[in-house]
Amino acid sequence: MIEKKDVEHLAELSRLEFSDTEIEKFQKDLGSILEYVDQVKEVSASIDLEPTVGDVHNVLRPGEDAHQDGEHQKEIVGEFPEQEDGYLKVKKILN
Amino acid sequence: METQQLTISQARADLKANKYTAVELAQAYLDTIKDKDGDIHGYLEVYDDVIAQAEDAQKKIDAGEDLPLLGIPIAVKDNILIQGRIASAASKMLEKYTAVYDATAITKLKEAGAVFLGRTNMDEFAMGGSTENSAYGPTKNPHDLERVPGGSSGGSAAVVAADEALASIGSDTGGSIRQPASFCGCVGLKPTYGRVSRYGLMAMGSSLDQIGPFTKTVTDAEILYDVLKGQDERDSTSIADDTYEKPKEPKVIGVPRDILRSDGIEKEVLENFEEALTKLEESGYEIKDISLPNSAYALSVYYIIMPAEVSSNMARYDGVKFGLRSEGEDLQDVYKKTRAKGLGAEVKRRIMLGTYVLSTGYYDAYYGKALAVRRLIQEDFKKAFESVDVIAMPTTPNPAFKIGEKTEDPIQMYLEDIFTVPANIAGIPGISVPSGFVSVEGKELPLGLQLLATHGSEESLFAVSKKFLGE
Repeated sequence: MIEKKDVEHLAELSRLEFSDTEIEKFQKDLGSILEYVDQVKEVSASIDLEPTVGDVHNVLRPGEDAHQDGEHQKEIVGEFPEQEDGYLKVKKILN
Repeated sequence: METQQLTISQARADLKANKYTAVELAQAYLDTIKDKDGDIHGYLEVYDDVIAQAEDAQKKIDAGEDLPLLGIPIAVKDNILIQGRIASAASKMLEKYTAVYDATAITKLKEAGAVFLGRTNMDEFAMGGSTENSAYGPTKNPHDLERVPGGSSGGSAAVVAADEALASIGSDTGGSIRQPASFCGCVGLKPTYGRVSRYGLMAMGSSLDQIGPFTKTVTDAEILYDVLKGQDERDSTSIADDTYEKPKEPKVIGVPRDILRSDGIEKEVLENFEEALTKLEESGYEIKDISLPNSAYALSVYYIIMPAEVSSNMARYDGVKFGLRSEGEDLQDVYKKTRAKGLGAEVKRRIMLGTYVLSTGYYDAYYGKALAVRRLIQEDFKKAFESVDVIAMPTTPNPAFKIGEKTEDPIQMYLEDIFTVPANIAGIPGISVPSGFVSVEGKELPLGLQLLATHGSEESLFAVSKKFLGE
């Protein structure tokens, strides 16, 4: 079973914040979902197939970058929550 | 103007014959929207330039242009970008986000002459099976306003069923086109993985997502599919026309009896399915029992792989470059406060679950194992398609459920996808077509028949489902 401190750790990794009631709800929900998906462990452990995406095509293809420099720049800058002279403004990272 | 029986092919013929104008057609849909959408809430926004778009289309019609969707009013799921218009994915995170470019699917629809009516409601970021996870309130099923339209593309299904659009597009990661199509009584197609470019579709489960149409007829679904499909240099996962072999004419339909024995499938659904099989047999198809032994694990595999991909894809919504930003003490705090405020419970649940299955110590047990079982499920299908051309099963284990009925228990909601996820796991195409109604508490609720074919064999799905519906 998943413990309260595990949920808090996951929240940290996920960059999420929860109230205590929410943590309890997530603990219950995640517990029951994990119990359900545990079924995959029933499948014979002797699977010698390489884990793969198989016929799902090209997911890992190192494709060439199809994006062009400067395209939609004005619109993208327009969506910045905060900007100055076309630069994106963020909070300080280091204290 | 009567639009209830109207199809894309009929409307195109009428527009060409000047029976009415594209403006009159668009106005007819705007009138129905005004009349009905207050109850149904299929739209998050109806565009204010619909008539102007229709006037442009009419000019082209008058000039003798003939495009597959010229003047056809369609609706678009709110997670597909149309340049200059809001695309919110039904989330508070993107409430004011204006798309900076057109999705390739939208570019193709524009080139084909479509008129965009508006953006449709959905489960937030396409996560859910009922549209109850929309940050803007649920959509109601046009067949019974107390019930859900399905999801996540519930708005797109409901507006077609309620005659508030002639057709629409949505996205399907684990059944999000087929399940709402089934609940609302329309046709819904999930093409082969990679067949339609996802450039400009907000990513959810990147190895599973696919864009597809909602229509009233199979012929219309094929028209939209022909417009949408094609390789795109901006989506590296998109495939070429000749990636897979062209299918031969379908003759044998397989029935995976093992899946039909799963718990929780309603009796009426199974009865309706047997009737559908009889109808297919009478249409000249050979029906053959097959086995998909590992499909019993498809849902578990899905609820490991999908959240893993979700947790990565959702990392971009951090309050930095676009969308909602909440103030915080430092950047880390901005991330957390923004995400806590902007994302709904189901999205958070999936991010947490995905983070868990990808974390040290659990990766092999969950994610690695799920990938291996995914391979087994794909092998099952490959083997089955050696002896059958198409596989048939119900689209959903039950008709549309009541609003609020399954919101408390995520597992109950996830079980809705039991028949639809295998196609996404394997990357094969699937279609849901109306297969009749079941009477529940005095209302007639639609049911759907799902047909699956091997990679690149959408044509087989069209052929069988046209025969099934008598088109």
